Amino acid sequence: MAKRHFVPKAGVEYTKADFTSDQMVKWCPGCGDHAILSSLLSTFPKTGHKKENICMVSGIGCSSRIPYYVDTYGFHSIHGRACAIATGVKLANPELSVWVNMGDGDSMAIGGNHLIHAVRRNQDFNITIFNNEIYGLTKGQYSPTTKFGQVTKTSPFGTIDYPFNPGELVMGAQGTFFARSLDCVPALTSQVMEAAAKHDGTSVVEVLQNCMIFNDKTHAAITDRAVRDDRTIVLENGKPMIFGKEKNKGIRFNGRCLEAVTIGENGITMDDIMIHHEDTEDTGIHMMLARMSGDLPVALGVIRNVEKPSYTELYENQMDECKANGKYKCVDDLLNSGDTWEV
Amino acid sequence: MSKDQIVNKDDLVVRFAGDSGDGMQLSGTLFSDASALTGNDIATFPDYPAEIRAPHNTIAGVSGYQVHVGNHIYSSGDKCDILVAMNPASFKSNLKWAKKGASVIVDIDTFTDEAMEKAGYKENPFTDEMEHAYTIIKAPITSFTARIGQEQGADKKTADKCRNMFALGIIFFMTHKKLDQTFAYLERKFAKKPDVIKLNKAVLSEGYEYADKLEVIHSHIFEVAHAEMPKGRYRNITGNVATAWGLLAASERSGRRLFLGSYPITPATDVMVELSKHKALGARVFQAEDEIAGVCSAIGASYAGALACTSTSGPGLSLKSEALGLAVMTELPLVVVDVQRGGPSTGLPTKTEQSDLNQALYGRNGEAPLIVVAASSSANCFYWAYTAAKLALEHMTPVILLTDGYLGNGSQLFRIPKVADLPSITPRLAKPNDPNYRPFRRDPETFAREWALPGMEGLRHRVGGLEKCPDGPLSTDPENHALMTYNRQEKVNRVANYIPEQEVTGNPDADLLVIGWGGTAGAITLAVEELNNEGKKVAYTHFNYICPLPKNTGDILRKYKKIVVCELNNGQFAGYLRTQFPECPMQQYNKIMGLPFEVGELKECFTKILGE
Repeated sequence: MAKRHFVPKAGVEYTKADFTSDQMVKWCPGCGDHAILSSLLSTFPKTGHKKENICMVSGIGCSSRIPYYVDTYGFHSIHGRACAIATGVKLANPELSVWVNMGDGDSMAIGGNHLIHAVRRNQDFNITIFNNEIYGLTKGQYSPTTKFGQVTKTSPFGTIDYPFNPGELVMGAQGTFFARSLDCVPALTSQVMEAAAKHDGTSVVEVLQNCMIFNDKTHAAITDRAVRDDRTIVLENGKPMIFGKEKNKGIRFNGRCLEAVTIGENGITMDDIMIHHEDTEDTGIHMMLARMSGDLPVALGVIRNVEKPSYTELYENQMDECKANGKYKCVDDLLNSGDTWEV
Repeated sequence: MSKDQIVNKDDLVVRFAGDSGDGMQLSGTLFSDASALTGNDIATFPDYPAEIRAPHNTIAGVSGYQVHVGNHIYSSGDKCDILVAMNPASFKSNLKWAKKGASVIVDIDTFTDEAMEKAGYKENPFTDEMEHAYTIIKAPITSFTARIGQEQGADKKTADKCRNMFALGIIFFMTHKKLDQTFAYLERKFAKKPDVIKLNKAVLSEGYEYADKLEVIHSHIFEVAHAEMPKGRYRNITGNVATAWGLLAASERSGRRLFLGSYPITPATDVMVELSKHKALGARVFQAEDEIAGVCSAIGASYAGALACTSTSGPGLSLKSEALGLAVMTELPLVVVDVQRGGPSTGLPTKTEQSDLNQALYGRNGEAPLIVVAASSSANCFYWAYTAAKLALEHMTPVILLTDGYLGNGSQLFRIPKVADLPSITPRLAKPNDPNYRPFRRDPETFAREWALPGMEGLRHRVGGLEKCPDGPLSTDPENHALMTYNRQEKVNRVANYIPEQEVTGNPDADLLVIGWGGTAGAITLAVEELNNEGKKVAYTHFNYICPLPKNTGDILRKYKKIVVCELNNGQFAGYLRTQFPECPMQQYNKIMGLPFEVGELKECFTKILGE
């Protein structure tokens, strides 16, 4: 069956300003959320979707205030349940472009079940996870992504919780789209959000975000300008995995695991460097890429983007087929079906 | 059949009991269908264990199905006139449900030493005393069925599966019914398996002929009164199917897409199972990952413009509590069907109870009023599901519909309505590009807000769990919170202006007023009717609208010297009434055994109160 698209096009050109709401943005000055909001606002005009057909859904947390700051329809729901609510929104009206925003606690602790099941079903909505590795709105407790051993208000002796890697969760749940960006690189955030919007099915964009009040500089080891080029790699589909200030480092598979190598050293040439294929169906390599840390640069950009019929498409196809072939055309038909008799 | 002693009866109760795999639910259904088609009123009640197939021949594995047939049938009946027991365990555990003098048909072939020991019998259960108390018909059902199976070349396992047909044949003979109806069913059901049809028909006929040859049966042939029912087209329906169909009808009548987000849970699952079949009628069913996702997906669907529903049972309702608060706060239409079962916690999953009332009324944080209604018969689950949807859509609020395992799994005759004849439903949709639209602008009469759907032009707005001011934006202003809290409560209170007044039946001039609510109507109606026929004076009022109560409730309660509130819990409705009408003293009759009321116990209770 031919691929179906459900969200109508706007027919008018929007600008970022068209999506900016009149509400005062109440995040702390310097919070990474401001940059993510800005990236999101500049993504909407590029989707070409009608403004009225965009619906923001969020849970609870600092990041979940976002629907108030976007001039579209919006639902600021309850803690952890954004994916479940978004599922109902999209199923009730497939013509809506649905955007889910959650923090790390919201999406992976209290809402972990809804996240993995939305991803497993390939629900047709776009999820952005603001990952600051801390509970900010409740003032500084460790989250499911807090680094092992970190001291927080509820782990005064260091956490003994092993953290989640959102990318691993998404791929473990057979996700079809996963991308990562940094709050401090809004252009890249916009770019992956645009790709996410184009993807049919669940897209998950993880933005490493800084909470300067309760977990300041948690990502500094990779985001600081001085180290960023050497500590991160921006993956591009079909291109070799090259990184580093001098663009002379690359990723290769040594038969056992991924490793970072320097081109020209120890006989390494460009031929040894892996080419990124975001559309490989098997999650193996994508999982390894999403997991890179320590000696390996943290992967940014679109890590995985594979085609698979979305829940919306499968659902609407089944509805249409049933309507075309169904025995009953109206409820009266059903009420009078089977064994009935006249008194 | 000149030697026959025909016993004419107004009503007859037949109970089929056997091992979980013995096909008792099917025998019961086939008997009730045949009875309905030949002009009896019916009510059925399956009584099955939580285990799918508990160990063979144990008490834990006994599955039962009670059928009550006759004229004016209100309930599935107290005790049975005929008991079918397919093995020693079912005989042991079901004999207490047989009237003294009842006919008891047992498959005598199953009463082996081993099976009797498994059932807990130390010696032969058929004592002289027992033979005196009941008419026990020891039919060699297994061996007869096996012989027919052998004649037709069927293997033992296939033949064994037909034993229930032999028993059914006996019952058909005893109740003076023809076999054609069941033949037709078998032909439909096994259309592709002619061997199976042939075998089942042969076993059914053999059972019928076996009964004909037994002298004892000829003195126990029952002729049951035909029902005098209003004209119309009828069908048999279970409460859970009726609930599902009521929601479908409401969707069609309101023009809103039907969405059901649910998670499997006994005894509510069949509502979801039924709606899952009806994509052709536009039913959008979503089997969620948990109860919370079930209700949350429904709330999302409601925001997007659907007639959104979720179905569950007690523990599931507990899980949905937080989200229900969100639905109250966002003032979105939502229907929550709670098919109550024995609680607390996992409790008695397959047994009935009315103990979720307090949870429905109060089980949320904050001041979180919503509408609560309750169905009172398997068939009227259709109307109460429809009504719940109408109230939700017209008053912009969540509605909890309470049914229970007894209503949900039980079945009754249903007079088929025309959808066009049902009351109209007018959702409170906002008008696109209305410059005066405000998310919490209210209708001055109902206090309901307007429903602006994503996709509508010029009405972009945000909803959520945080307190808002009437114009839509967030507000923590103290006066605003007081106002919004008042408005949400007043909106629910004002529903009383749109529902009918409470009625009193029985003898309205009595000293004693009996109060019931929800699924107990059948047994209470019969108890009150019988007492009034016996010359006693009893009035009865049965509540379906629980919150808000009909406006004249206080006037009714204040008229009677004595009031007794009957319910299958520890007195939750009585407590609720006392908070609103503290001037009215109320007695209670409560039962918490996972079982419906029996007419006998109610009559005894009312008689005692009358004599005080």
